Amino acid sequence: MLKDITIGQYYPADSAIHKLDPRVKIITTVIYIVSLFVTNDWIGYLAAFLFLAACIKVSKVPLSFILKGMKSIAFLLGITVVFNLIFTPGEEVLVTFWKITITEKGLEMAVRMAIRLSFLIVGTSLMTLTTTPNQLTNALERLMKPLSFMLPVHEIAMMMSIALRFIPILMEETDKIMKAQMARGADFETGNIIVRIKNMVPLLVPLFISAFRRANDLAMAMEARCYHGGAGRTQMKPLSYRGNDWVAYGVMWGYLAVCIVLRIVF
Amino acid sequence: MGIVKTAKLIYDYIRYDENEKEETFRAIDGVDLEVEPGQFIAVLGHNGSGKSTLAKHLNALLVPSEGTVWLDNMDTRDDSHIWDIRQEAGMVFQNPDNQIVASVVEEDVGFGPENLGVETPEIWKRVAKSLEGVGMTAYRKHSPNKLSGGQKQRVAIAGVVAMQPKCIILDEPTAMLDPNGRKEVLKVVHELNREEKVTVILITHYMEEVTDADYVYVMDHGKVVMKGTPREIFSQVETLKAYRLDVPQVTLLAHELKESGVDVPDGVLTTGELVDALCRLN
Ligand SMILES: Nc1ncnc2c1ncn2[C@@H]1O[C@H](COP(=O)(O)OP(=O)(O)OP(=O)(O)O)[C@@H](O)[C@H]1O
Ligand SMILES: [Mg+2]
Repeated sequence: MLKDITIGQYYPADSAIHKLDPRVKIITTVIYIVSLFVTNDWIGYLAAFLFLAACIKVSKVPLSFILKGMKSIAFLLGITVVFNLIFTPGEEVLVTFWKITITEKGLEMAVRMAIRLSFLIVGTSLMTLTTTPNQLTNALERLMKPLSFMLPVHEIAMMMSIALRFIPILMEETDKIMKAQMARGADFETGNIIVRIKNMVPLLVPLFISAFRRANDLAMAMEARCYHGGAGRTQMKPLSYRGNDWVAYGVMWGYLAVCIVLRIVF
Repeated sequence: MGIVKTAKLIYDYIRYDENEKEETFRAIDGVDLEVEPGQFIAVLGHNGSGKSTLAKHLNALLVPSEGTVWLDNMDTRDDSHIWDIRQEAGMVFQNPDNQIVASVVEEDVGFGPENLGVETPEIWKRVAKSLEGVGMTAYRKHSPNKLSGGQKQRVAIAGVVAMQPKCIILDEPTAMLDPNGRKEVLKVVHELNREEKVTVILITHYMEEVTDADYVYVMDHGKVVMKGTPREIFSQVETLKAYRLDVPQVTLLAHELKESGVDVPDGVLTTGELVDALCRLN
């Protein structure tokens, strides 16, 4: 059951977006998020929608697959919308019932928020769907390089990629321990939330012990293979920009320019 | 001098008892080892006899409490050579999951060369060659999580081979594998030894795995208690039993036959040999 959770899902396909340098995708995503908050009128949202739709089309990731990923965040989205709806003060009251008033402004805010958040979520998941976790960590390492005087950038990236490697292994192990304990009468499925959390404790102890043992083994294996931090290290797959990457940057700046122009004009 | 040499090697683990009092535990007690380049050496021993501790000394993961370890004439206590030593003496561990670093097979094989600062095109060449050598080329783009135990161990071996070591130390590489996986891994190790002339030190407690070795050391309680060719070792069935080691079935059968008066030689290693010996009887 735990195996169903997938972190940093990747949808393998052979598209122009999949082949882009991961740095391009990260930067474009960030710019896209910024653009969503720069625009505040409907034509701006239309531009954002068109841009996103075009990206999805090019990426060859089926829309249904993207929307499936949104299900898990729908709850969060719902809460934000409801809060905006009922807590925005305004002059023109639309409806009042049982102490709750919904204003016209509130309704507008809620709709804007819903649009922004769903574009944001779809945009970011498009990035993770088209980029392998390894490429992502690689790109983050490169992008954060200027910060290496104050942050252990290489180490952070290494930690992330090791975590990505071991998450499925630990998930499988949790499953195994759970089943072993269930076979001996442990109950993880009934009772209220407090009881359930309490029942999880005996699961965590063996899991932690095993994780520490693995960490210890892995550290030794890495040292035995001459790992000694980022200094003097070369890369098997160094990142380098190619023609398409510059085109993508161009498209991105073009899009941002359109957003800014729209904002100024309207 | 040989490629690996230890002289009067002693290692004490420091443990703390309930009262936080320090106590030492002697895991290695005066081991002398000498390995010539290109040899295939096996180290046998029961659980806790100090095999892993010895292995970790050979590439400077541990340094001796007393005595000296030389790897290719470099003293492992000399910090300035530590990365040369680890490059020349590759190490494969028991648990295949806990030694694979990357999420893609080929990237894991490239991990060692990356650490050594090898140039990118050369890394690709080495990765291709090492994967070829262990027969895992078809899986180069796969995730290690989806491989069998024997395949994972072969990837781990490729990861070491890509560093172009002179010597490979394998610490019970087959302990967690099924019989098929065990065969795959041993085959690869023997090929490396034969074709690439890599020195191999195989640590194991499966006796069947040592019959092809050039020389065998048997350890017990941190000491080397027997050494010799496999035939010399396996002709001493009673002594081996005393060290809680199981003799291969054929050897045991031959031994029992001899005990009961049949005229077969000592130290029979293979079924074929026993068949020959028995046929010669009449
Ligand atoms: N980190 C440690 N701290 C204290 N004692 C240790 C440590 N590691 C190992 N020992 C002890 O040293 C002895 C030798 O251990 P070692 O792991 O070398 O044996 P081994 O022959 O590899 O055994 P196995 O077949 O189980 O792998 C054992 O008695 C063990 O309990
Ligand atoms: Mg051991």
